[in-house]
Amino acid sequence: MIGMAEIRLNRKWCKGCGFCVEICPKDVYTRDTKVSPRGFQEIIIKNPERCIECFLCEYLCPDLAITIIRTQHPINKETLPNDL
Amino acid sequence: MSEHLYKYLRTETFPTPFCAGCGHGILMGVILRAIDELKLDFKKMVFVSGIGCGAWIPSPHFKTDTLHTLHGRPVAYATGVKKANPELKVVVISGDGDLAAIGGNHLIHAARRNVGLTVICANNSIYGMTGGQLSPTTPKNTKTMTTVMGNPEEAFDLCKLVKACGAKYVARYTVFHTKPLIKAIKTALNTDGFSFIDVVSPCPTQYGRRNQLPTLYDMYAFIKNRLVHFDALKKYKKEELAEKIIIGEYRDED
Repeated sequence: MIGMAEIRLNRKWCKGCGFCVEICPKDVYTRDTKVSPRGFQEIIIKNPERCIECFLCEYLCPDLAITIIRTQHPINKETLPNDL
Repeated sequence: MSEHLYKYLRTETFPTPFCAGCGHGILMGVILRAIDELKLDFKKMVFVSGIGCGAWIPSPHFKTDTLHTLHGRPVAYATGVKKANPELKVVVISGDGDLAAIGGNHLIHAARRNVGLTVICANNSIYGMTGGQLSPTTPKNTKTMTTVMGNPEEAFDLCKLVKACGAKYVARYTVFHTKPLIKAIKTALNTDGFSFIDVVSPCPTQYGRRNQLPTLYDMYAFIKNRLVHFDALKKYKKEELAEKIIIGEYRDED
């Protein structure tokens, strides 16, 4: 495992518009099936390991609620293929 | 938004007053990112806004001096601020009903006088706060609360208007063009003289639900299909451009 981007969702600020669910190219987010006490279907981070750090959700979140912490990928020269 | 931008915000005023899926929140993030990338002194900036949904972007959320002024008069107030202390960077952020309809006169005269302001128009093409009435920038044939059979009038092209009045830098993008918009705001903030950016913002609550576009993603698809870049204008006939959104930097035509 190389490492996983850390996705932080500020649930106090999220209003559940669901744009992150639809804009994400890798299906990281999904909606809850039940309506929460706050009156909308909460966003669930379903597959955080699929995140490719494109930052679309962070830039396009209308409620400024998503933060992606980029992973530091250490390059291990011994495991790289020879023809690189 | 990245948590590194929370230092610019009065976080106790959050969550924002915008509806779920309002594009103004995206614009708020984009403006803060541009300021963060330029490393401007946030305390030396003044944000002026009028009345309307778009006017809620700076006030009360930004942790610096903000003026929440009369309906339609943010440009006039900002001119006064700039004249009183020319060292301040004065940014006007307001809606299309505020800047184009009620404050249209102030906008064109500030552009004519070339006051050193940056004006960002959060253009959601409707009066959102008062219930979804027709605004001068509503596209033709779309439904609003006051035009239930479709808007019979042509929309106002604010960029062309301000450019004709002599503004130094004029651009239009949608809130979904975050990277070009950050670049445009950075250029506008560094421009000596009047600079204007028209930001097309989706309004799923008031505009979208009367036009069968109830979510932000529907509005995104609707806006995406109507985009034409300023550099590609010559490829289109005049009739084809009627319902299009022209994006990019407006340059002087040769």
